[in-house]
Amino acid sequence: MTTTRTRLRRGALASTTLAGTALILGASGTMAQDYSRYGIQADTPGICSFEAIDAKDYSGRTLNVITHAIPVIGEPTALHAQQFQELTGATVNVVHVPFGDLFQRIMIPFQTQQSAYDVLFYGSLWLGDFNPYLAEVPEAYQQVSGMQAVTETYRGVASWGGKMLQYTMDGDRHYLKYRADVFANPEAQALFKEKTGRDLTVPATWEEYNEVAAVFTNTDWDNDGAPNFGTAEVTKRDDLMFSAFISRVAPYAKHPDVKGGFFFDLETMTPQVNTPGWVRGLELFVAAQASMPPGGTSFGLGDEIFSFGGGQTLMSYSWDDAFIQAMQEDSPIRNKVAAAMLPGAAEVWNRDTGQWDKFDEPNRVAYVTWGWTSAVAKDSQNQDMAFDFLCFFANEGNTESDLQIGRFGINPYRDSHFDPAFYESALGWDKAVAETYTATLKGIDTAPNQVFDLRVPGVGEFMSSLAAGVARAQSGEQSPQQALDGVAAEWTAIVERIGPDRVREAYANVVALEDR
Amino acid sequence: MYRQKYIFLLPGLLVLIAVILFPLIFTIRVSFSSWDVYNPGLNDAGGAMYARMWEDARYWQALWRLSLLSVATVLIQYLLGFALALLVWRDIAARRFFRVLFLVPMMTTPVVMSVIWRTIFHESLGPLNPILEGLGIGAQPWLSHPGFAFVAVIIVEVWQWTPFMFLLLLAGLLSLPSEPFLAAKIDGAGPIRTFLSVTFPMMGAISVGAILIRAIEASKIMETVYVLTSGGPGTSTETVSYYIYIRGMRDFQIGYSAALSLTYLIIMAVALTLIAKALMRLMVRGAGA
Repeated sequence: MTTTRTRLRRGALASTTLAGTALILGASGTMAQDYSRYGIQADTPGICSFEAIDAKDYSGRTLNVITHAIPVIGEPTALHAQQFQELTGATVNVVHVPFGDLFQRIMIPFQTQQSAYDVLFYGSLWLGDFNPYLAEVPEAYQQVSGMQAVTETYRGVASWGGKMLQYTMDGDRHYLKYRADVFANPEAQALFKEKTGRDLTVPATWEEYNEVAAVFTNTDWDNDGAPNFGTAEVTKRDDLMFSAFISRVAPYAKHPDVKGGFFFDLETMTPQVNTPGWVRGLELFVAAQASMPPGGTSFGLGDEIFSFGGGQTLMSYSWDDAFIQAMQEDSPIRNKVAAAMLPGAAEVWNRDTGQWDKFDEPNRVAYVTWGWTSAVAKDSQNQDMAFDFLCFFANEGNTESDLQIGRFGINPYRDSHFDPAFYESALGWDKAVAETYTATLKGIDTAPNQVFDLRVPGVGEFMSSLAAGVARAQSGEQSPQQALDGVAAEWTAIVERIGPDRVREAYANVVALEDR
Repeated sequence: MYRQKYIFLLPGLLVLIAVILFPLIFTIRVSFSSWDVYNPGLNDAGGAMYARMWEDARYWQALWRLSLLSVATVLIQYLLGFALALLVWRDIAARRFFRVLFLVPMMTTPVVMSVIWRTIFHESLGPLNPILEGLGIGAQPWLSHPGFAFVAVIIVEVWQWTPFMFLLLLAGLLSLPSEPFLAAKIDGAGPIRTFLSVTFPMMGAISVGAILIRAIEASKIMETVYVLTSGGPGTSTETVSYYIYIRGMRDFQIGYSAALSLTYLIIMAVALTLIAKALMRLMVRGAGA
């Protein structure tokens, strides 16, 4: 908990700065303070700027913030809370909570009508549960330059029923990462040609992904004396494995011409999780286990990051972390990696016709999954200060600084974040790497076929059920079809318990994003 | 007369009600509600949560798995703990050092040690598989194969809690009177005969106590599973405590998890009572009469 209160003597600071800047600015009469001591390149003018926040006086008032444990999101929260205290005189209490406890630590005070926290940082997919308890982002904050620059995709993620309830401060998605140096290596290309009879290309389908992974498994393709492997994936049941699975399923089950729901048929609220497209995705997920490193079938997110980022595996897919890890300055594979859209599917299940449709160009689905977000509690007595804190947290200067620190967990979500020049100049990435990275992220953001998380009441229960079913198939306890039939039965029971209309109403928000 | 003496019991009674009875009664009340993420508060759901539990195969499988895990870990802990206690009971070199050394695992934090063990078992990066390969045994899928993962959980539990068994049994050994051993020696009994006829029978009562305490603790295995395997692969290491945690904390099904917890409490109370009676008959002389 951050409780330090170190109010700057703004008067003294202003006087000092005044003396310096007056000489430079001369007769212009315009004076701007220097906030570079906070690690920002420039202070973008507006109500969220350092200057504007510095002008506020919240002395004697307290802001209670709940966030994730340090470092991911927890560290930038603590950092910006400290800055906010210094600038405004407020006391900002930051409570850091481990991920497994975060949902219930937020939900119990909501349900028991305790005003425990003013500001909340959490996973954006919980909006289906939290939305009744959140304050709408005031119009003034929606009009600031930083918010206007948020892409349409992430504005959609922040919205519920036409209202913006979440204050966007992160953008997440799944994409493919691979070792560009190996794919460009003539020896590797020859080996692949010899084993498969076709040229080595970046996988366009999940079948190709599995094939490439199998060829390069248990071979020392980086010549470091240790065996390498084809793929690192998040496979541990309760460690966000459901997102990895959905990435694999989406192109087989999300038909570009079939509207009305990916997880459910919106009209009937029938679960789609045991339809042939989903089963195909699970079969390939299970088959890929043979190309994972030892222990890869129980990899959590941290293992996946370390495996690909450490150079053990050829390919991986999940959030930005593994890519950023690979691009750290001390990484042995820095500038040897590239990003691409998730592999697709040449055959897609059409639930309207009950048939597989063939595609000349693989069906690619962009999966916009998870993502940290922030919000202000509806019953907060400090909404003015809370929104000021969030707009300060996410102002352009802070965000550009946060994007450069991988462990912070803040990833691109504004149009300006897709400029490769930023990564070349600020992070020292090679041009090619920066271009594949930003092109991939932009491609996901503008993809015509997108899937979003199941943001309905009880999403935790739905995903827990899904992960348990997938885990049963992975361990061989059940076949993919049996496992997903079990999940579908559980989902049906959950929907009945919550009420089909209630789930449908919530799910319509997700479908509206996907079908827009 | 002297009724005011009961006033002195009042503070203790109030603490008892506040600390033990209130949470228990509240849990019972919650278990008859359907409190979850979409139905907040204490409504009246009747026995719906208990009916649902009856059909929840995953819960019963977890209970069965926990039984196996508890029996295996406590039995191994008892055997190892007794062996170690016998080892340092007699005059051996550096006896004090070994007594302290054997207690170290118990003094570490379970979650921290589970993280360390997860690293040891890590099939790509951990030190265990290279050692096994060096010994010619070969690398094993410690955390990615259902059987091995179950064994891994047992290993960690045994490593962590054998010292507790050791401590209790050593205290028992040190409290034994010397006369029976002297008599056995005069009668010409060797070490094995002395152990079977003198030491083990005299340790019966304390053995039962140690086993029961450990059985109660083992029936709540949670941290090790949470950190080491998350209940996987599949559901192969999922115990009741972990399952209740998932339902209660992850899925936020407060009413249902309360019903699961109460049922689990009753089952454990009955089972441990029966086990205690059986052990008393088997291991304590005169208890079965």
